[in-house]
Amino acid sequence: MERNLTLIALFAALIAALGLVPKLTLISGVPISAQSLGIMLCGTVLGAKRGALAVLLFLALVALGLPLLAGGRGGLGVFSGVTMGYLIGFPVAAFVTGLLAEMWRSRGGFIFPAVAALIGGVVVLNVLGIIGMSIKLDKTLADAALLATPFIPGDVLKCVLAGLITQGLLKARPGLVRA
Amino acid sequence: MISLTSEIRTPYHGWPTVAKLVGLCLFTLAVFYLDSVTVGAGVMGIVMLAYLVGGGLFAMQGLRMMRPVLWFVAIIMLWHLAVGRTAEGAVVILRLLAAVALANLVTMTTRLEDILAVVERALARLGVSPRLRRRLALSVALVVRFTPLLVQKGGALSEAWRARTHRRPGWRLVLPFALLAVDDAEQVAEALKARGGAL
Repeated sequence: MERNLTLIALFAALIAALGLVPKLTLISGVPISAQSLGIMLCGTVLGAKRGALAVLLFLALVALGLPLLAGGRGGLGVFSGVTMGYLIGFPVAAFVTGLLAEMWRSRGGFIFPAVAALIGGVVVLNVLGIIGMSIKLDKTLADAALLATPFIPGDVLKCVLAGLITQGLLKARPGLVRA
Repeated sequence: MISLTSEIRTPYHGWPTVAKLVGLCLFTLAVFYLDSVTVGAGVMGIVMLAYLVGGGLFAMQGLRMMRPVLWFVAIIMLWHLAVGRTAEGAVVILRLLAAVALANLVTMTTRLEDILAVVERALARLGVSPRLRRRLALSVALVVRFTPLLVQKGGALSEAWRARTHRRPGWRLVLPFALLAVDDAEQVAEALKARGGAL
């Protein structure tokens, strides 16, 4: 029990710390933060339940007023902003990613966790994020989807990284998947 | 750990936290139904006045917290100008700005421990067991303690990388960084167990 709790807490801290890493800029000029990589890693490494709980804990602290989101953002205001759909989608994305990663765990390699991250951390997250944007901005889903498009190449790149990092982590600490 | 609560005292700092949170919920809900530029501008004006009550310096702090939203405001405005629906764009922007600004005002004028106390009371009222509440409190404390520690360790990893090569560290450091978090988690779990479980 203690181990599960500390892993959940430390992965929540990891998401926060990754938000403080300087952003990378793609060739297209779109900046990508490592924070959503942290969300994917919660799912691929901790699995569905613990991964989603780590993300929920992180969001709870953001709502409480700690500046833990990328760029030092936080507080209740971010849940009223345009990206609120993405914030609500974070734990769902980690859960779906974790569910798939757990299902495919025995197959090893980096491809399966990367695909799990792609489905949970990109497809599911963007669907919820786009719905949120369309509600907040009073736009059609297609219009809102246009706003999200520039970030997709960066997200796909992060899935590959999530796959590689998960493979490395599980090789270095095989006991990690034990609940 | 730095919180977003403002050091500049305002009358709102003394208001009961529950009242501020309930007020914010009602305001956000009402703003969602706002559909006229005049009313929107009026509401935004009131929110701006509410900031100015705290003084010029406090209002500037509030303005700084709005910076991430301004990028979206520019995109939304350009979009609506391009399709020729300026009034509709103005309503969407006013709605967004008013909701975010008031939520930020609550965050800036409420101490972390006050919000935590409200959460604790709400969880108790919802029938969440004391054991689960203790676990939650411990998780929050662990994240607050370990985030700056992880950032510090990440900085040390980055320095070690730079000492060996002039190439930028980038994503290659994420694996050792995540390993540090995992090892810290294992050690803290052992320490908790050694002290009788604490849960």
